[in-house]
Amino acid sequence: MLVDWDQILIALQETISMVAFSLAFATIIGLPLGILLVVTRKGHLWENAPVFNVLNAVVNVFRSIPFIILMVAVIPFTRLIVGTSIGTAAAIVPMVLFSGPYIARLIENSLLEVDPGVMEAAQAMGATPRQIIVRFLLPEALSSLILGLTIATIGLVGASAMAGAIGGGGLGDLAITYGYQRFDTVVMIITVAILVVMVQGLQTTGNILSKKIRRR
Amino acid sequence: MITFEKVTKIYESTGKQVKALDDVDLHIEKGEIYGVIGFSGAGKSSLIRCVNLLERPTSGKVVVNNQDLLSLSPKELREAKRNIGMIFQHFNLLNSKTVFTNVAMPLLLTKTPKEEVKKRVYELLDFVGLRDKADNYPDQLSGGQKQRIGIARALSTQPSVLLCDEATSALDPQTTQSILDLLKRINKEYNITILIITHEMGVIREICDKVAVLDQGKVIEAGSVFDVFAQPKTEIAHNFVSTVMHDEIPESVHQLIQSQESTSQIYRIVFVGESAGAPLLSQIAKQFDVEVNVLFGSITELQGTPFGNLIVKFEGEAKEISRVIMHINQQEVTVKEVLDNVS
Repeated sequence: MLVDWDQILIALQETISMVAFSLAFATIIGLPLGILLVVTRKGHLWENAPVFNVLNAVVNVFRSIPFIILMVAVIPFTRLIVGTSIGTAAAIVPMVLFSGPYIARLIENSLLEVDPGVMEAAQAMGATPRQIIVRFLLPEALSSLILGLTIATIGLVGASAMAGAIGGGGLGDLAITYGYQRFDTVVMIITVAILVVMVQGLQTTGNILSKKIRRR
Repeated sequence: MITFEKVTKIYESTGKQVKALDDVDLHIEKGEIYGVIGFSGAGKSSLIRCVNLLERPTSGKVVVNNQDLLSLSPKELREAKRNIGMIFQHFNLLNSKTVFTNVAMPLLLTKTPKEEVKKRVYELLDFVGLRDKADNYPDQLSGGQKQRIGIARALSTQPSVLLCDEATSALDPQTTQSILDLLKRINKEYNITILIITHEMGVIREICDKVAVLDQGKVIEAGSVFDVFAQPKTEIAHNFVSTVMHDEIPESVHQLIQSQESTSQIYRIVFVGESAGAPLLSQIAKQFDVEVNVLFGSITELQGTPFGNLIVKFEGEAKEISRVIMHINQQEVTVKEVLDNVS
């Protein structure tokens, strides 16, 4: 093996921090976006066709760019924000841009699943639109939202590995530099194994959390 | 309490206009239990949703508690809605919240002090008999229990009007009965005006004071439940009445009518209220020279008043029989000759 365990550990930390920060920022962008995609559609709380159509198109545009291309395409923007286009921090920018619109879609889906009857009851009892979102829509969708965020997190783990290709660091970087380019099969197997365990753990945690909230 | 003036609701769907409500006038007095019955698609849902403006009428006026709802600002309207409770066919409870929080929700929306919320919620849970379920989640409850929670939630803001949107349609007959009893109690104890829409005539018979029959967005018949049951004016009203009154003439009686001798005639006699207690038929048998034969009969109770329905064969001379009919017409009963194919 061409790397020692310390290197693997550092790579793991990088991956985790890339995923965690991206997830946090992407959720900050994706949650309001997802809510807007629901409440501005026809017949909903703040029906607004222009806003809905624009948001819908923007999300689709971002969702249609493959991550590897998005990563390269936004380099000037990345440089503007973090000052460099290489490294873990730099990788977070395209990861957020990639996963924010994705999370918006997942949240949109979860919110659309909420029984319209509950909204009707909320309106009948005189709730404000804000209260309907905060006290009715989000809590009723929470269990499904968590499953959606789990999917997004796993997607980010994949993206973080790709970010390795432009020097983002992390497990992906390790696998490509040593496992692939220097034919170190052991490193390859170890990084893949770690990624597998990570994804399994994330999915299991997501399932448990979601089930706990559903209490059913 | 609730007044509809020329309320019309038109939906646009794929370029086609659908009139869900067509020039509806309706007046509901304070403290009444008012039922609206109709087939699905008759416009019942639109009607009840116009009372709290979950749907806005295309034209017309909706007045609740002397407030013209359509003239209110969104804020005023939210305030007005707190005076109008609503329960639903599918309960529409929050599955992610406990029974307690569900009932408390309308109070939490206005930041009512915690102690007050607690007191009010337990009071209501006691009223609907589910105090011990406060910490349960809705999916741990039966349909009837869920509806009781729905009712408790609707009452939490102490409304003066309760709207029931097919509130018993998803429940079995026994549970329906217990929910109807609860609604009756609410009406009596809190003097809350109740508007019920349903497709079950049994619900109307059981608890309503007045009824309106809705068909294709129009009120085609309205009046006291008693009058509509005793003498439905329209075909549709009659059909609804038949579903619970079992006043259809049985097949065997039809055959009898077909084979009737020329000396006999068959009549339907409807007894209402006190007249149901009068020994009309035995009087007739004594006073007139006719034979009386009861072919079919049923007695139901409507609003605590007996309501009888008899099909009787009179045998004798035509002249004598017409004297009998004149005699019956002087009493407070309705009599109608039954011909074949007419029920």
